[in-house]
Amino acid sequence: MGNVLVLAEHRQGVLRDISFEMLAVAPKLAADMGGEAMVLLIGSSMDDMAKKAAGYGVKVMVVDDPLFKDFNADKYQKVLSALIDDLKPAVVITGHTAQGVDFMPALAVEKKLPLIAEVIGLEYAGGTLKATRQLYSGKVNATLAFKPADTYLVTFREGAVEAPAPSSAGTVEKLDSPLKEDLPYRKFVEYIESEVGDVDITQSNILVAIGRGLKEDKNLPLIEELAKAIKADIAGSRAAIDAGWIPHDRQVGTSGKSVKPKLYIAMGISGAFQHIAGIKGAKTVVAINKDPDAPIFAVADYAIVDDMFKIIPKLTEKLKELKG
Amino acid sequence: MKTIVCIKYVPDTSEAEVKVNPDGITVDSSRFSFDINDADNYAVEESVLIKEAKGGEITVVSIGPKKSDVMIRMAMAKGCDKAVRIEDDRIAGHDPLMVAKVLAGAAKGEEFDLVLTGCMASDDGHMSTGVALAEELGVNHASMVKKIEVLDGGKIKVSRELEGGLMEVVELELPAVITIQTGINEPRYAPIRGIREAQKKELKVVKLDDLGVDPASVGPDASQIILEALYIPEVESSAEFIAGDPNEKAEKLASILVKGGLI
Ligand SMILES: Cc1cc2nc3c(=O)[nH]c(=O)nc-3n(C[C@H](O)[C@H](O)[C@H](O)COP(=O)(O)OP(=O)(O)OC[C@H]3O[C@@H](n4cnc5c(N)ncnc54)[C@H](O)[C@@H]3O)c2cc1C
Ligand SMILES: Nc1ncnc2c1ncn2[C@@H]1O[C@H](COP(=O)(O)O)[C@@H](O)[C@H]1O
Repeated sequence: MGNVLVLAEHRQGVLRDISFEMLAVAPKLAADMGGEAMVLLIGSSMDDMAKKAAGYGVKVMVVDDPLFKDFNADKYQKVLSALIDDLKPAVVITGHTAQGVDFMPALAVEKKLPLIAEVIGLEYAGGTLKATRQLYSGKVNATLAFKPADTYLVTFREGAVEAPAPSSAGTVEKLDSPLKEDLPYRKFVEYIESEVGDVDITQSNILVAIGRGLKEDKNLPLIEELAKAIKADIAGSRAAIDAGWIPHDRQVGTSGKSVKPKLYIAMGISGAFQHIAGIKGAKTVVAINKDPDAPIFAVADYAIVDDMFKIIPKLTEKLKELKG
Repeated sequence: MKTIVCIKYVPDTSEAEVKVNPDGITVDSSRFSFDINDADNYAVEESVLIKEAKGGEITVVSIGPKKSDVMIRMAMAKGCDKAVRIEDDRIAGHDPLMVAKVLAGAAKGEEFDLVLTGCMASDDGHMSTGVALAEELGVNHASMVKKIEVLDGGKIKVSRELEGGLMEVVELELPAVITIQTGINEPRYAPIRGIREAQKKELKVVKLDDLGVDPASVGPDASQIILEALYIPEVESSAEFIAGDPNEKAEKLASILVKGGLI
């Protein structure tokens, strides 16, 4: 039977959005494959989360044991390995997240099963499961087909689809944990929350954001002058943070912050999905980039294709004049 | 500490137009400039920092063409000691599980305590190779790492970067594969003297057979996935593109922002 098993993801007691996003895809896929969508929850004290997941009209299976209090790739791999043998799902989908990428490739190798990572679309037709994913930071799409296998493994990109609304109540079933004792390989030590800086960009009204296109930090004053003229805070892409141009707490994106300014001006940022995911809440997006094919333009309201260094001085001057 | 660092030679497509070749499954890379993958550059630096602190030896492993030797020599100039480059067109490069098998073949020929990979290659970005490699080698792993502390007793403590900037600190025993996230350190520039010395370091170029890897086990037939097509996605941009010379564009944008009450 073509059941689709979705691994719901949670952290610090909360189900993450990706868990629900996968439920936008799994039920239809399962129907096409002649089976049903099922959700797997691995953790400790999971009753509330199980109930919430079941609110999406699916069968929820829970492996609930204090051994799973914190995420551990080795333990997750063990559980999924055993459940693949027991339940024989046609597809296992997890998030392409810090959790999913930490064990799915190992699981694939262990079970000799195929894996396609960071998938943004899945389709089953004519007996073949096909996946769409992106290459070159979103400039190229790829269609990949799985050769026939007992179970297909997929990690699904966060934010690629919208989560459905909760529907009818599904069922919750507790499974016996396949893991009888702790594994010695990896020990959880602690979580460290991200640093808090002088400015909280999640509260900013206007953000001027820079990327690798800034080239060097001696170009920063140009940005600072623009920001000052329009009372904006400065944020940036991961590349700008890695380069040390601006502090860590100013990073926008999946591994940084989600921002919701009235105006977001992206300069020299290509628009990798990890960045764009962080500006979904922005009201108006302006993008300045010299590459007409930059993916950032797909989410922009106003776009300028040009060298930012030819635009910014005049832009600052004109804004000062109009505001002054 | 004996470290293996896996590095990939990738095209810089951030400013370039990408075109799919008539075969429909490759891109025209003739006009791209290539360099070390961003995350791998941080992995090289991390391996050198660990060697500087703890001593040891670093082996570079890369699957790639002859022209990537410049990248390998650059890693050696920064402090890596020797290198193995695998050049073999029988590898199903679209499947990270096959790539991991090849890297494992190379690693098995070396002694190692630690294997570093990048967490993601910027071209095809599977974020899968390092973790698959750990399983092939039967050793511990942790992915997306932004801090490594070498502890006594053959252990390391690493910080994994989770979503939202949260860090997860875990301890594991060596040997282990660690996939490195960008920003873990500040990659150095290669010193002039290092560049000269790098020319004298050992760079072995090998085929699958030399590694004892059966070509049939890592080729398109062994891979359980088929790359059917590459295509340029249609960008549904609803943006208003502002036209004119740079000054006109800047002025138009300024008045849109002010008139629209956005500023
Ligand atoms: C697990 C993981 C998490 C990540 N999390 C994040 C995250 O939270 N946030 C994030 O931003 N990224 C994140 N990334 C990185 C992301 O994949 C991209 O690598 C990154 O966003 C690229 O930054 P960029 O756009 O500044 O640089 P690039 O992609 O290099 O783009 C630079 C752009 O500048 C343009 N440019 C260059 N010069 C000029 C000029 N003179 N004028 C105008 N334009 C110019 C170029 O055309 C290009 O489009 C993450 C990656 C991974 C693997
Ligand atoms: N051809 C290759 N040669 C050496 N290392 C590679 C190669 N391909 C991938 N890797 C390693 O695997 C990491 C992750 O790649 P990927 O899983 O494709 O995102 C890279 O950062 C490299 O460290």
